[in-house]
Parts: sequence; C-alpha cells; structure tokens
Amino acid sequence: MTATVSITHQTSLERTKLIRASLTRRNLSEKIFRGLGLTAVVLALGFVALLFIDVGRKGIPAFVQSNLHLSVTFDPAIVGGEVPPVQVAGQSDADFQAANLKWQRSVAMLNWNKVIEASLRTLVPAGIEISSKDLLTIAETDARHEVRERFVADHSLLGKTVDIDVLASANAANWIKGNIDRSLPDNQQQLSAPTRAVIDSMVANGAISNGFSWSILTNVDSRSAPASAGLLGAFVGTLYMMLIVIVLAVPIGVASAIYLEEFAPKSRLTDFIEVNINNLAAVPSIVFGLLGAAAFINYMHLPISAPIVGGLVLTLMTLPTIIIATRGALLGVSPALRQAALGMGASKTQMVFHHVLPVTFPSILTATILGVAHALGETAPLLLIGMKAFVASVPATPFDQATALPVQIYLWQGNENRNFFEPRTAAAIIVLLLVMICLNGVAIYLRSRLEKRA
Amino acid sequence: MKSALFASAAVIALVAFGTPVAFAQSRDTIQIAGSSTVLPFASIVAEEFGAAFPEFKTPVVGSGGTGGGLKQFCEGVGENTIDIANASRAIKDSEKEACVAAGVTDIREIQFGFDGIVFASAAGGPDFALTPVQVYKAIAAQVPVDGKMVDNPYTKWSEIDASLPDQAIALAIPGANHGTREVFQEKVVNAGAEEAGLPEGLSDDEKKAATTTFRQDVVVEIAGDYTETLARLSSNKDTVGVFGLSFYEQNKDTLKVATVDGVVPSAESVADGQYPVSRPLFFYVKGQHIGVIPGIEEYVQFFLSDAISGAGGSLEAAGLIPQPADKTAEVLAAFEAGAK
Repeated sequence: MTATVSITHQTSLERTKLIRASLTRRNLSEKIFRGLGLTAVVLALGFVALLFIDVGRKGIPAFVQSNLHLSVTFDPAIVGGEVPPVQVAGQSDADFQAANLKWQRSVAMLNWNKVIEASLRTLVPAGIEISSKDLLTIAETDARHEVRERFVADHSLLGKTVDIDVLASANAANWIKGNIDRSLPDNQQQLSAPTRAVIDSMVANGAISNGFSWSILTNVDSRSAPASAGLLGAFVGTLYMMLIVIVLAVPIGVASAIYLEEFAPKSRLTDFIEVNINNLAAVPSIVFGLLGAAAFINYMHLPISAPIVGGLVLTLMTLPTIIIATRGALLGVSPALRQAALGMGASKTQMVFHHVLPVTFPSILTATILGVAHALGETAPLLLIGMKAFVASVPATPFDQATALPVQIYLWQGNENRNFFEPRTAAAIIVLLLVMICLNGVAIYLRSRLEKRA
Repeated sequence: MKSALFASAAVIALVAFGTPVAFAQSRDTIQIAGSSTVLPFASIVAEEFGAAFPEFKTPVVGSGGTGGGLKQFCEGVGENTIDIANASRAIKDSEKEACVAAGVTDIREIQFGFDGIVFASAAGGPDFALTPVQVYKAIAAQVPVDGKMVDNPYTKWSEIDASLPDQAIALAIPGANHGTREVFQEKVVNAGAEEAGLPEGLSDDEKKAATTTFRQDVVVEIAGDYTETLARLSSNKDTVGVFGLSFYEQNKDTLKVATVDGVVPSAESVADGQYPVSRPLFFYVKGQHIGVIPGIEEYVQFFLSDAISGAGGSLEAAGLIPQPADKTAEVLAAFEAGAK
C-alpha cells in the first residue's frame, strides 16, 4: 500500500517535473519567437526610419530657394530696338500674329544679359573688382527670360526701373547653403573669389533672401537654369499615366475576374488561363517595358516618350494584380449569400452584380489603389519606352512627350551638378513618397468607410 | 452599376480604338536622342530654342549614348523615329549603311564644338601626371615586356613608373555604348600601345586584341553616365575615372584632375590642341524630316548661332569648347546646301 502510494507520489512528482520542464521549454521558445518577431519589427522600422531620415535630411534643404531681388532698368540703349506691331485696320489676324511673332523673336535676340548685369552691378559693394562674366554667374540663366517676358507683356516698361525677383544660380545657391565646402581653395570652387564675396555681401544686405521653393513644384525640368528645375512636367506625366491605368486596368481586370470566377466553366482552358495570370503577376516589370516598346511603339506606331504608351505598359503590369485580388475577394464571399440570392429567383448576373460584387468593393478598391501605387513608382519599363528624355514642357495631352516622377528622380540623380542635384533628387523622392502616402491613405479611408457600410 | 460598367466599356473601346486615329495628327515636337556628353548642351539649346521661338515647341532630348542614339536614328523615317541624334564621335560606315538600309538616306552632320576627356581621381588623393603609355600599361590584359606579350604584372601605379603615386591600380572607363570610349581607345590606349612598342610579328588580329583586351580585375566599364563613374570613385578611393571635361568642371570640389603628357586639361588647352585627349562633338539631322517636323532647320541655325555655340555663348558657360567661327560657318553652309 505504502509502496503504491509512494510510487504514485513519485510518478506524480516526476510528472510535475516533466510538465515544469516542458513548460519552461515552451515558454522559452515562445519568448525566443516573440523576441525574434520584435527584432524583425524593430529592424524593419529602423530601416524605414533610416530611409526617411536620410532622404529628409538631404531633401528638405532643397525646398529652400535663394531669391535674388533685382531692380531692373529697361535701358532704351540696350532694349530700345523695334517697337511692337499694332494691328492696323484691314490687317488680317494672321498677318498681325506673324508680325507679333517676328517682334517677339527680335526681342528674344536682344542681349538681356546686359540688362541683368547692369542691375547686378548696382549691388556690388565698393572695393570688389568683378568681371561681367563672373557677375552673371550669380543670377540663374532663366532670369533673362523672366525679364524679357515682363517686357514682352508690357512694352511701356521701356526706360523704367522695376523690381523683379529672380532665382540665384545653382552654384550661388550651393555656396549660400553650404552644399559645397566653403573652406576649399579657389581652384576647387565653382565660383570665383570675387563672385563669392559679392554673394556674401548680397546675403548680408538682403538682396538675396531664402524662401520656400515653389519652383520645385510649379516649374518644369530645366538644364540651362538648374536652380529653376521643377517637377510639374513629371507630375502631370505621371497623372496621365495613372488615369490611363485606372480607366483601363480596373474595368478590364474586374470584368475578367468576375467572368473567370463566376461564369467561366472550369476546364483545362480556364486552368491554363489562371496559371498564366499568376505567372504574369510575377513577370519583372522591365519585360513589360520591352513588350511595350515592341508592341505599342514599333507596331502600333504610338509616339515615343508619351504617357499614353507608359500608361498602357503600366496597365499590362497592373492587370494581373487586380485580377488576382478581385478573384480572391469573390472567392471569399459566403456561399450563403449566393444561394440566398439564387433562391429568391435572382439570375446569375443579378446575383453577381447586386449581391456579391458590392460586398467585395473594399478589397477590390484596396487592390486597385495598391496596384496603382506600385505602378506610380515603376521606373524600369518607362526607361525602355523613351520616357527618360529631357522634356522641358508640361504635356498637354497623353500623346505629348513627358517624363514621370520616378524617372525624374533617375534623371536628376544623373545630373552633372552633383552639389545642387543631390538635394534636389532627395526632394523629388519626398514628393513621390508623399503622393504614395496620400494614395495609400485614401485606400485605407475608403476601405474602412465601405466596410462599415457593407 | 450596370450603366457604370457600360460606361467603362465605352471608355475602353474609345481608348483602344481611338488611339491610332488620335495619333494621325502629326508630331510637332523635335525628338532628339544620343550621347550623354552632348545631352546637357542639347538640352540647354532645346530650352533656349523653346524660349526664343514661341511658335515651336521645346524639343525633347533623350540619352542612350552615341551608339544607342544613332541606332534609334537609323530605325527609319517617320514620326515615331527620332529627328536628331547627338554623337560624341563621327558616325561609322556600318551605322550609315544601317541607316540607308532603313531608308534614312539624307543624313546631315553638324559639328558644333569640342570636349576634352580627362582622368580624375578623388579630391583627397595624390596627384596624377599620366601619359598614354602609362595608362595603356595599367589597363591592358597583356603588355609587352622584353619583346614578348606577358600577363599584366602591375598592381600599383608606382610599378609602372616611379613618378606615379604608390596606389593600387583601379580604373573606371566608359562602356562601349559611349562615344567617349572610342576616343579613349584611339587617343589613349592605341597611342600608348604604339609607344610601348608591341612585339614584331604580331598579326593584325593579335594587335587588335593587345589593345582592346582590358584587365577584368582592375578595370570597370561604366555603361551609365558620369555620375555612376563618380559613385565608383567615392566607393573606392583608389579609382581613377574617365570623365568629360565639362563634367569635371562642375564637380571640381570632389575631383582632382590628372595631367596628360604634362598638360592640364582646360578649355584653353583643348581649344589650342595642346591637350591630346579631345574630340569634336556632333549631331546628325535626318534630312527627310526637315519640313515635316516643324522647327528642325531653325533649331540647327539657332544651335550654331554665335549666342549659343560661339565663343562667349551659352554653351561655353556650360563647358563646351567652341570651334572656330569659320568652321561653324562651313558646317552651317553645308547643312543649308543640303537643305536646298
């Protein structure tokens, strides 16, 4: 009896020990797993934070531009020349237009640099000798276009002095912001010693001031006047492409998903199509670029470097994503809903469009927006269809030449004025990330709203 | 829902079938592609052209290297082919043949200035005073030693010549798609090989191999633009990179330039021919597009005008070395004579 008890006692003791040991082991493994999970999250967040901090640190200064406040005198000795044509009675509009263009051309050919130089000269402090070539490097080269446009718009300015704000040149901005090491010797500086002295005095007396750089958002890309280079052209190009992607990929993708999931008979053929769609989703984007160049440019003769081609290529790329996501969403709808609809006498089409599809809206929408966000950042296929060209105008239609935001980042990254364009590139990245964050924000908002309703 | 579906179907149909019709309107923007050396100059001219000629659209300038640009140029005649190819070397006969085969028979060459090719290293490093033969000895897979070709034995510059720094050999040279590569090959490597004295009795093929086969371990060929070469320099401080003179001038704070044959590269030394590694810059105009795409003729005239590519013009400020005015006048006359 006692023996049995002691045996039972012993076994129960052993069992407790065993359980304890296993518990410790299980607890330990859970701790390790939790620890690993936490490390992964911390690492991931750390990398994201590193990216944001690096881009922000480099890019935020690029949102500050150096403005140069000039009082420009439209000296008749320099810009006198021809007077603008006046439409006389009996002159046709076309003739007048031609005369006007001729006058504008003659104005464009005037030496506007002299006007700028004279205005800059008044700001040079006494005691500094500076050549006109060096002096002109302070103002960005588009200053003369700005001054000329004022004059073309209002010829009565002849002989008058007006205050005009222009941009300081990229190299001047580098010097002011300290993008270039200020302690480097003369032979390693972009600007000559007197130019730097004049700039410093201009900053001291307020002739140059820093302000928020709207130009980065409202200007098109520029190489002749790097300080004025902006993202507007690329932004509009991207907008056109995204519109094309949304207009084409969403209806085609959703319709084919509905057909495949709800109506198509399950056969070898549909299996084959399904496998292919899954494969397409995994095809690297650069392959779509090659395909686009061959099909849309060489065969269909669509224009090169145009958003229409970019939009079509990105549509091809986004389609599988949307089809797969929509099919997944349709699969997830409870069979009870379908049976109830059919049981109430609804036709199959009615069942799909009245009952099943509305439930899947939130998922389809999320998939679409994520697909578009992916397409927004896609660069490789665009390089192959000629969208990495330098375009200095805002595309008026999707058939005009344009670049896209990610391609603009690539182009600025390759610009030779490294000191100026490294921050500019980071600024472009910030803009692209903001657009993406907005898109994702909209996706989250819409999803939560639609889910509540459904 | 149904109507929305129909509406979207209608939109698809419109986009899908309306496209060719919409494109039937003719292109009115000049399309340019090619050399990344010429790209900054051409872009500046394009912008200024757009500003000076309100009736024309601003031309669009793409890159792709001289070879890539000419390949696009020779794809044929028509609105979806480019009008002008930028080139940092003259067109090759093989390229001309490809052009003619595709129907591009009226090719007009415009030479508009010069560019120097410089060797540069990281600003903090030692000075380099190079000669073509030293570069050849650093770069070739096999070099002549005592009248025989042997595998390149040099690992440091100082082993090639005592005057050079005691630094590991590493070079970043432009890839074969760049016109710069051709000039580098011709004016540096070939000239260096000649001076080094290849052994007697080599066949033509062997000679060619001796000058075009580079060491894989220390030579990096850069297919992208000079920014990539610059990145290579900052990742390996020992690298000596090949750049365009204008690129170096924009990045003097991070680069130190090497002399070649004792001459410091500068606009002056290239223009007067003292600096040996320089090349003329070109662009090629598709004659058949003149009068079809508006503004091509004006673009060429504007490009060659004094205010743009002449001495003291906008392009000189951007690093172009202007050619003599007579040469420009001659080029323009030839272009216009072709234009009839």
